[in-house]
Amino acid sequence: MVQAKTPTTKLDAELARRLLSQMVLIRRFEEKAAEMYALGKIGGFLHLYIGEEAVAVGATSVLRPDDYVISAYRAHGHCLAKGADPRRVMAELFGRRDGLSKGKGGSMHLFDKSRNFLGGHAIVGAHLPLAAGAAFAVKYQGGDQVVLCYFGDGAVPQGEFHESKNLAAHWKLPVIYVCENNRYAMGTAIHRALAQTEIWRYAETYGLAGEAVDGMDVLAVREVVGRAVERCRREQAPSLIEARTYRFRGHSMRDPSAAIYRTKEEVEREKQRDPIGLFRERCLKDGRLTEVEIKTIEKEINDLVDEAVAFADASPEPPLEWLTADVYRE
Amino acid sequence: MSVMTYREALNMALREEMQRDPRVFLIGEEIGVYDGAYKVTQGLLKEFGERRVVDTPICESGFTGLAVGAAMVGLRPVVEMMTFNFAILALDQIVNSAAKMYYMSGGQYNVPMVIRGPGGPAHQLAAQHSQSMEVYFYHVPGLKVVRPSTPPDAKGLLKSAIRDDNPVIFIEAETLYGIKGEVPDDPEFTIPLGKAEIRREGTDVTVFAYMGMLYRALEAAEELAKAGVSCEVVDPRTLRPMDIETMIGSVRKTHRAVVVEAGAGFAGMGSEIAAFVTENAFDDLDAPVERVTGANAPMPYAKNLEQAKTPSKEKIIAAIRRVCHA
Repeated sequence: MVQAKTPTTKLDAELARRLLSQMVLIRRFEEKAAEMYALGKIGGFLHLYIGEEAVAVGATSVLRPDDYVISAYRAHGHCLAKGADPRRVMAELFGRRDGLSKGKGGSMHLFDKSRNFLGGHAIVGAHLPLAAGAAFAVKYQGGDQVVLCYFGDGAVPQGEFHESKNLAAHWKLPVIYVCENNRYAMGTAIHRALAQTEIWRYAETYGLAGEAVDGMDVLAVREVVGRAVERCRREQAPSLIEARTYRFRGHSMRDPSAAIYRTKEEVEREKQRDPIGLFRERCLKDGRLTEVEIKTIEKEINDLVDEAVAFADASPEPPLEWLTADVYRE
Repeated sequence: MSVMTYREALNMALREEMQRDPRVFLIGEEIGVYDGAYKVTQGLLKEFGERRVVDTPICESGFTGLAVGAAMVGLRPVVEMMTFNFAILALDQIVNSAAKMYYMSGGQYNVPMVIRGPGGPAHQLAAQHSQSMEVYFYHVPGLKVVRPSTPPDAKGLLKSAIRDDNPVIFIEAETLYGIKGEVPDDPEFTIPLGKAEIRREGTDVTVFAYMGMLYRALEAAEELAKAGVSCEVVDPRTLRPMDIETMIGSVRKTHRAVVVEAGAGFAGMGSEIAAFVTENAFDDLDAPVERVTGANAPMPYAKNLEQAKTPSKEKIIAAIRRVCHA
């Protein structure tokens, strides 16, 4: 294993701005979504990505637009990072006509074909074979895209995790599995679920490249995933990356305190490693961005998210004819 | 036209569709080097190579999910379940991924794939390898379900299934692989999904049956003809979507209906067809719809018990006589 050392990524002002903007966008979007949930504008299950932003942003920053991304049910961040329009993501959460999935998917089923975002999938582990399949198709078609698949530590004990790793490695499929290890599968701590808690080590058994990375460090994620993407494009060698991260909120909005299965002290301690705070400090320290520039970014993002809410709110409910539309493709 | 077995007709359909469309590939257990557990894919590895005839390790959920992902990115997979009983291991991928993708993505990602293989009662294969699996699938919006009973249907319906833009469950039968029939050689010969077929014309009663039960129903009809009862035997062919026009049209003509199915009766295909007929043709009926179903028990191994599990010709005849008061 290589626990990523000090990142060697060359950080220029443009990249710093891009990474920070995206992380702030996801954070602000999620905070706003929580507010909208409290107001009853969003229903069902709402799983927030707050605390894990560095993983989606760092990983997506080394992809090409035509690469594929697939994710589980905590997917707002992945979808936004892949370039989806925040207005349409919010409209989907609101269950409105202009949502990415026409209001029929909801928070857990965001899809954006125009961005090669293959969806949010809500049966734990079930999208891992789908990722292998997308990679199979890329290889079959002779393309050089890669497929990046995000999943949580909760998917690791599922059979489909192991079936997918075996198939991906055995058939050399261009897929990168990024495990967002936030230490809890809902309320089950990782040590209560896994015989082997070092998730990257599963790579060894299946013959994948395996690495662990500090998932709170956007540049470290960028570097490790960057290496995996390169391997993937060059040799169609799949990877398993374990990004060690932490969710600052509950499992979903129905678990607001998240206090039964973890201590307040632990949460407070982890918040000290807020990926946005860490990166902001670093940008200031290295002189890549100034306080004023950061304030401007935050202001712009606030406006963007407000606009997304206004857009979602103004979007009509889906017409009733849509209930039975899109069941079969004619 | 050529006379060939049901198995050969399926093989022909696969070969023709692979020649026609480079996006079509086959994936499943033992379909390549072994030539297929039931030899349906015989010779295809040799002809098309490993890229398009993909042998998998034993992981039904994994390779079915893989096929769904491949279909989302532009391929047209044909998945073989060595027997459909194993599809239960992939049920989540079929129900939650394949069937719903088009809907939950708001029409962005459709899943053009076929999942095919043998199902239904076989010969002394016992409880886990011998059951009518169609009931697990036709309840699910987004899936189409096909049960082809004859060699030409095997070819024509499989070709339509492969060309369809939706996930299609295509359940063959071990007991039918060896039957022979005339099959059109034309590579453009297809039979549309959702079209039932009248296998025998009659005027007194409509008997719905498919697969092995179709042949038993035809024998019953033959015997009843001698007693002056004229049976119309209708093969639904596609169980979802069902063919309202042909099926209801027949009942409107005969005013009586009997449904025969090999599987256990509770919430089975007979229930659905009986409801379908009642809802659409109640005023035309002169008698309640009868169901002739398999016993409500898993499939036993012992030969005599196995025979008693599925509806016999005598039971079918008795049901027809009841509705016809004959």
